Order: sequence, then structure tokens, then C-alpha cells
Amino acid sequence: MIRDDIIDFIYSEARMLDEGRFTEWLALWMPDAHYWMPLGYNQADPINETSLLYEDHFMLRLRVERLNGERTFSQKPKSRCHHVIQRPFVDVFDVKAGIFQTNTAMHYIETRLDEQQLLALTAIHDLCCVDGKLRIAGKKVVLVNSDAAFGNIQLLP
Amino acid sequence: MHADEIRALVQGHQVHRDVYTSHAVYQAEMRHLFANAWIFVGHDSQTPNKGDYITTQIGDQPVIQVRHSDGNIHILHNRCPHKGTKIAIDRAGNTGKFFRCPYHAWSFKTNGCRLAIPLKKGYDGTGLENTPNYEGMAAVGAVEVYHGFVFARLAYNGISFEEFFGDSLSSIDNMVARAPEGRLKIAGPPLRYMHKCNWKMLVENQTDTCHPMVAHESSAGTAIDIFREMGEPEPRPAAMQIIAPFMSAYEFFESMGIRTWPNGHGHTGVNMSIHSDYDAIPGYYEALKQTHGERKAKAILDESRHNSVYFPNMMVKAPLQQLRNFIPLGPDKTLVESYVYRLAGAPDQLVAMSSMYNRMINAPTSIVGHDDLEMYERAQEGLQSNGLEWVNLQRLYETGEDFDVEAVENGTTERQMRNQFDAWVKFMTADMEEAA
Repeated sequence: MIRDDIIDFIYSEARMLDEGRFTEWLALWMPDAHYWMPLGYNQADPINETSLLYEDHFMLRLRVERLNGERTFSQKPKSRCHHVIQRPFVDVFDVKAGIFQTNTAMHYIETRLDEQQLLALTAIHDLCCVDGKLRIAGKKVVLVNSDAAFGNIQLLP
Repeated sequence: MHADEIRALVQGHQVHRDVYTSHAVYQAEMRHLFANAWIFVGHDSQTPNKGDYITTQIGDQPVIQVRHSDGNIHILHNRCPHKGTKIAIDRAGNTGKFFRCPYHAWSFKTNGCRLAIPLKKGYDGTGLENTPNYEGMAAVGAVEVYHGFVFARLAYNGISFEEFFGDSLSSIDNMVARAPEGRLKIAGPPLRYMHKCNWKMLVENQTDTCHPMVAHESSAGTAIDIFREMGEPEPRPAAMQIIAPFMSAYEFFESMGIRTWPNGHGHTGVNMSIHSDYDAIPGYYEALKQTHGERKAKAILDESRHNSVYFPNMMVKAPLQQLRNFIPLGPDKTLVESYVYRLAGAPDQLVAMSSMYNRMINAPTSIVGHDDLEMYERAQEGLQSNGLEWVNLQRLYETGEDFDVEAVENGTTERQMRNQFDAWVKFMTADMEEAA
């Protein structure tokens, strides 16, 4: 495992989301991982305060299966998304323990019908290595304007 | 607009689409309805200390909720009496002993009264002291703090707080009684969700019990399928407990019951509700029993009111300590702020459950909220159609309905929506001229 493997993983995850390969994306996640998108600026507690997202594997699976569903009215027609990401910082690189953490600045665009919205954010990934493959052990997405009023954000940065 | 024009828009079983789309109607709502009715502003735990303030809106009116030096809460118009500059623009803060306008340094006590004007001799002999501008920041017509919930009436004269809300306050009573220490505390900032639709669509949806199993099939139905595939493990994940009841059959929602109160208030979940079947949280009932005794504690928890609408634009979900404020920003634009509160003296798991519910159902990122917003925005666009001009509210309609008396009915009735429009006419026209 070299640093480039970690960086490549972050790029390929963004590509999966942009190409709508959500089922494949879901398989990247460890069963006990959480996807957290705080609501408050510098929010420390994901449990006892409201977040935009704090989802375990059950909720992420539900989210993905709903996107693929027949009666998902808010996805008729479907949204599309697009990530432009900076080269991730690898903040933790512990091959021995199999623990890695990255910090990635992104511009995330989501579009549906005539609407398009741009979100600027930092994604912090906790990764681990299982059977020689990288998996997501946790992901925190900090929107630079997390406390602003939004319309629907339907796909995932 | 005049009273006869307003009345012509509401026909009991139907309303004219102008109530959702017309700019003139929206402006009349802001000037009359939102001035004559009592409107939710905030919670006193958002401004616990002297000088603490929050900024918000009553209808389209920018206001400040502030804790004055005597400990009382004041609601002030957020406008410098000099040039109109907003005095505070951050959503929350502490101003110390006084407000100071950042433009020309006119300053005001935290009850709005004028404190000082720089270079005051420039006004000598000008007559400034004879203008209302000289008094300071204007206060709203009336303020009431009920169990910590702050309401205001913009108009100086009008219906009293007690008469306006009447027995509907029992839902707030129940929410507060659920706290072993008898009070609530704000738990973090609200979700803020922008809707390109009229504010009344959102309020009506609070007691619309015929949409969950249809509009939310993609989220709640899929959750049930996944849970089944997992072999239905016990205890059920909290997320499942929250979302699965959305798929309940029509019969379930019929037997939930709907209660309407005078002046447009009402609630779903008279007999039980989609919140009745949550797993008990260890230690909570014991704490509540300690405060109230066994019989009363049980009665408090047996009350499982789903959504209580506080006309015109607020909803309380007592079993989950939630409040949603539907702030109108235009005929086709509404900001929804969704709060959760902590029950003083209760285990943390309660606020964790409330926070989970809030983000699962009320967030701009919520798979449930997505389909609701889709329906509202389609309705807002569809109402542009000239094919029909009237919106139907006829489910379980009876001619001659009397909204001045409390009623309990089948949980799928649209009576509460009709009740809201009855009150809408009443408080729109209370101070309107009859005809042109």
C-alpha cells in the first residue's frame, strides 16, 4: 500500500457517484461505518443534535435502493451529480494498522431538470484495509455553508 | 384586497387556487393574517441570558427575540428607527446591555427604548422628539411566553393569546409534561429547508393522512423490504421504528383520529399514532414516574399526538419534542425550520431519537422530505393550469360544519384543512375593509 493507492481510492469513489454506480459504491462501506454531514458549523456531536445526515449501513442501503426504485417520485427524472476534487491530503497513513485518513476539498454539483446547485465541501474519509482492499470506515462531509437553507440535496457528495 | 374578495376564495369544500399563487393574496396575508394571529417566534432557551437574542421573521416582518436586563423576553422590530438598517443580522448572539446600530450608532436598551443618539444637538429644535422614530426600536403588539415557547401578535389590538389557542395548548402541555424536570431546552440549531411552494401546502400536509403510504412508498416501503430481507432482527433499528409506520394502511390512519379546535388549530393522532409503537428507552419512564406518579406518567406517555397544527404556520410533534416553523417568504417560497428539544431530566436517548427523526424526515437531505417537496413543487406548478381554478378539500366533508366547536373525527378527514381556511378568512378579514 502506497499513498497513491489511498488517493486513487478517493478519486474512484467520486467517479462511482458521478456515474451513478451506487450499488458498487455501497459495497465500499464497512458494515459499522457512518456517513456524517453536520448541520452546525464545527458541530461536535452527531447523535444528540440534528445533522443533515448521520447514516449507518441500513440507512445508506435504503438510500441506494430507493434511488433504484420504481416509485421514487422525486427521482423522476433522476438527478445527476459531478465532483471536482482537489488532490486529497493523506493525514493518516498507518500501513501496519491498516488505518488511513484523507482530507479532500471538493466542488459538488447536483442537477435535475433545469436546476443546478453547487456545494463546496471538505470530505474526511476514514479508510481501512480488508483482504488487501480499501474500504470506507467513516466519511464526514463538511459543507462550507452547512447552516444555509437548501432545497433538495438528493444524491451524495 | 377587501373582505368580500377574501371570502370569495373559500367555499368550505374547496378553495380558489389564488390562495396559493396570487401575490396580492400573499401580501394581504402578511398585512392582515400574520398581524392579527399569534405567531410562533422562538423558544426562551434560545435566549437564556440577559442580552441574548435571535433574529427571525413573523410573516415577512424581521424581528428580534431578546432577553432584557429584567429577565423578560421582548420581541422588537428589527429595524433602526433612524434609516431602517437591521440592528442584528446574525441568527443568534449576545448584544450586552444595549443594541447599537452599526450605521450611525443610535443605541437602544434591550427592551427597544432609545438610549442615546450621537451629536444630538443636531436635532435641537427639529421636532425629532415628536416622531415615533425618537422612541426607539418598536415592539410588536403583544408577547406571550408559554412553557418557554414565545409567541407574538404584531397587531396592538386583537384576540388574546388564551382565546386564540384555547385547548390546542394541550399539545404543548403534553410535550412539556414529558420532561421529568418540567421544561424543554433547545437541542442545537434547526434544519433549514427551502421550499418553492406556498406555505399553506406545508401546513395542510401536517394533517394529510392519505399521502404517506403513497408519496413515501419509495422510502418507507423500501425500508420494510430491506428489513424483511435482513430477517427482521430484534430489537428493530430505531430508523425502522421511525419510518415503517409511514406505510400503515388507510384503516390505521382512519382510526388515528383527527381533532379540530376553534381558530384553525387541530391535530392528528387522537387515539394513537405512527409514534405509538417506539421501544421504551431505559430509565425514562422511571424518571417520569418519580415526577408525576405512575398513573399520570402513563397518561402523559399514552397521549401520542402525531402533528398538532398551531394555526397559521407552526406544528408541534409532542411525542418527539419537535417543532416545525413554516416561514412564508413569498406566494411560492417557504422556509421550513425544524427544531428538536431536549427534555430536562430525561436520558440522552430521547434527544438522540428526536434528532434522528428530524434528519430522516425533515432535512433537505432526507429521503422522505424529498418526495414531500416534490409533491408541493409539482402542485405549485400545476396550479398555474387554467384547466380548473379550485382545489378540493372535500374528504369527509359535511355541509354546515361548525369550526367554533371542538370535534373529533375519522383520521382521514380533511376537516382540519377546512378548519384552517375558516380561520384564514376570519383573521384575514378581521381588520379589512368590507368592499371597494
